[in-house]
Amino acid sequence: MQEKNDDYILHMKNIDMFFPGVKALKDATFNLKKGEIHSLMGENGAGKSTLVKVLTGVYQKTNGTIEYDGRLIEPKTPLESQQIGISTVYQEVNLCANLTVAENIYIGREPRGKLGQIDWATMNANAKKLLHEEMGIDIDVTKVLNFYPVAMQQMIAIARAVDTQCRILILDEPTSSLSDKETERLFAIMRKLKAQGISIIFISHFLEQIYTICDRVTILRDGVYIGEYDLKDLPRIQLISKMMGKEVREDDIESNVDKSVPEETDVIAFDHVTVPGKVKDLTMNIKKGEVIGLGGLLGSGRTEIAETMFGIMQKTNGTIKIDGTEVSVKSPMDMMMKRIAFCPEDRKVQGIIGDLSVRENIILAMQAKAGMFKHMPRSKQNELADYYIKLLRIKVSDREQLIKNLSGGNQQKVIIARWLATEPNLLILDEPTRGIDVGTKTEIEGLAVKLAKENRMSVVFISGEMGEMVRTCSRVLIIRDHEKITELNGEEISTAHIMQAIAGDYHGHA
Amino acid sequence: MRKFFSNLVASPMFSFYVTGLLFIILFGFGSVSFEGFFSPQVFLNLFIDNAPLIIVTVGITFTILSGGGGIDLSVGAVVSLTCMTLAVLMRDTTLSPYVCMPLVLLIGIAVGLINGFFITFFKLQPFIVTLGTMFLCRGLTAMLSRDSVGISNEEYGNLAFTSFEIGDCFISLGACIALVVVVIATIVLRYTSFGRGVYAIGGNEQSARLMGLRVDRIRLAVYVISGFCAALGGIAYSWIMLSGYTLHGLGMEMDAIASSVIGGTQLMGGVGFIPGTVLGVMIQGTILTIISFQGTLSAWWTKIVVGILLCLFIVMQAIVTEHRNKLMNLKAESSGKKAPKKA
Ligand SMILES: Nc1ncnc2c1ncn2[C@@H]1O[C@H](COP(=O)(O)OP(=O)(O)O)[C@@H](O)[C@H]1O
Ligand SMILES: [Mg+2]
Repeated sequence: MQEKNDDYILHMKNIDMFFPGVKALKDATFNLKKGEIHSLMGENGAGKSTLVKVLTGVYQKTNGTIEYDGRLIEPKTPLESQQIGISTVYQEVNLCANLTVAENIYIGREPRGKLGQIDWATMNANAKKLLHEEMGIDIDVTKVLNFYPVAMQQMIAIARAVDTQCRILILDEPTSSLSDKETERLFAIMRKLKAQGISIIFISHFLEQIYTICDRVTILRDGVYIGEYDLKDLPRIQLISKMMGKEVREDDIESNVDKSVPEETDVIAFDHVTVPGKVKDLTMNIKKGEVIGLGGLLGSGRTEIAETMFGIMQKTNGTIKIDGTEVSVKSPMDMMMKRIAFCPEDRKVQGIIGDLSVRENIILAMQAKAGMFKHMPRSKQNELADYYIKLLRIKVSDREQLIKNLSGGNQQKVIIARWLATEPNLLILDEPTRGIDVGTKTEIEGLAVKLAKENRMSVVFISGEMGEMVRTCSRVLIIRDHEKITELNGEEISTAHIMQAIAGDYHGHA
Repeated sequence: MRKFFSNLVASPMFSFYVTGLLFIILFGFGSVSFEGFFSPQVFLNLFIDNAPLIIVTVGITFTILSGGGGIDLSVGAVVSLTCMTLAVLMRDTTLSPYVCMPLVLLIGIAVGLINGFFITFFKLQPFIVTLGTMFLCRGLTAMLSRDSVGISNEEYGNLAFTSFEIGDCFISLGACIALVVVVIATIVLRYTSFGRGVYAIGGNEQSARLMGLRVDRIRLAVYVISGFCAALGGIAYSWIMLSGYTLHGLGMEMDAIASSVIGGTQLMGGVGFIPGTVLGVMIQGTILTIISFQGTLSAWWTKIVVGILLCLFIVMQAIVTEHRNKLMNLKAESSGKKAPKKA
């Protein structure tokens, strides 16, 4: 080892961690210096939270060593890690909604009275003081927690963590539901703790925040340690490319589409649309007959935008216009009636119904649109199913085959067929090619383009694979931290530009 | 005014207030309708007659509070096993009652340990595990004797008839013990880490674990307490019955659950208040008293009324929860917009 060892409070080495069927961490490494703020970065599912939970004893590693303050530790429970000075705010809110605010802060270490009884008066007073002084919030701490909104609960969780005497403070995506002002508060606290020599692990998807507050970063990808860097030596574009595992090449242009943006009317237009915590002040439009891409890292808010378009999430601010007229949307059914279709990201969970046949899966959305009790003649069903099986070249033995027995790519085609059967004007495809073989992938990409060019359908294409966007889209909206950063048009669209735009180094011309 | 009402409904004590009000209404109704109903002794009789049920209900409330489908169906059977064991021990041995009673308490603790062990360490459903021990205990009771066994030990009889005078009225030893149990349980749940831990794991077990609580230990203890209370309730029951019989305490677990729920305990766990559950028992007792004063109605009417009340209370809980969520969403929205909420 070259560095002086006593600069470090923590070394995690060769960490392996299995979930049933998933290897969440593969030979991961993590080193934390004393008194630094260290970011852990990686796309969703990269294993950040899992690494943290291995450290705090929520999960048990299958392999590797954890050296804390010069000695090897094997934390078995969260309690053990707390006792040795590791304090954590986990990603999912980890408080009890049925207890009061004060209890949530002090449970397990309540102030005691003379007889050893819990001293509620002191506890409430302390809680009030702590929240006021550290977080700048004044609330009734004797109310039960679920009386308060999520952002407040998050602040309370942070208060609990910073109040315990600790040497390492872990914050796993604490800012995702916080406003700018609250985030500033948190940063002030973090700086103060850092000055006291406490090490902080800070996980966030917000690049701005990482570069503002952190000293160093460790990057994980698919559970693998990619490297650790001083943030001041690491340009954003490099950080992004390391997270995504793609080198940036300037000549990375792989276009095969006509990039002209059609001069047509808007199918859907968002004007300053906001969904709290999900979509930030989004203004955009989609024209008839175009393929528009939503680009950004996993977890940047692409799916949320799609879900807002489809009425799964409701805006609190702004207006949505469809074909030029303002609409109020209460449910996906409203949007289906307005001829919008949505193929969700995770087809296993949200899309296919495995024990139904291909035919039944195809007519499902149509049936829902027509009303559950309206009967569709069997001959019509057969006709439709056969039509789409042929159109999309779905490989089935016959239309009555159970969908669970198809390959992933063919399942995906069935889902697309299901929505095409509703004859939409706008088709939203969220990660339509994930986990699909290359051949089918190309077919689906081609289909998107064909639907737009030939059928004048508008297609929203969401993909984490930039090459795919380059191949299909004539316009790409770049989303970061739930916000539209910029738009790329026509010939501007290239892998390099998209990555630069995500990193915030490219601002396009739009 | 509306705001006051809205806050009242959202307050965690709302169920308790409603139960209290209901008790007062029922007792008031009895007092107005029947001569001699409104007397301190009638009130104290509620404790005297229901002492075993109160004790058992306190125990079962711990298990319901601890969440995760927490329930203890074995309590009625433990009551029966306790009575029978006491009766047989005193018939066949020369052991002093003061030795027999701790022994049966140990049996209760053992049953609680078995329940808790299977529920915590094998992650089995409390419903199934305690259903199993329920059959086990009933079976063991029948093994001891199929027939009713009387308790004729003089010392024990004296204990059973011990009573304390309060002014013109009196209260039995069993009722006193029930009151002590209620007070202790209330204090434990309110003023000890263990007690708060019970609420925490009932609210969100995962969170409680992440906050560093010893979830398994707490859960195990909860079932031991329930077993202990069931045995103690069994002793109180034997003071009333002075016998052991396989059908003693039949369906008592259901009465206890009903009392607990009417008293404001949420079956989901994490919400409940011991004095409320005592009121739940008293409400059932009051209905029975009213029916006996009335004279012509069958005692089964109690069950009918309790059944209706149970449904009403479950509906009320759902409405209250809904109301709370609505309040919260309102808040979330107004804070999301950063605009003050309209009055
Ligand atoms: N409790 C769990 N059971 C099974 N798989 C899990 C569990 N938690 C996480 N995973 C999987 O482990 C991987 C890493 O997840 P996680 O650590 O949560 O990622 P991150 O925090 O970086 O977004 C993912 O593939 C995820 O699906
Ligand atoms: Mg995570």
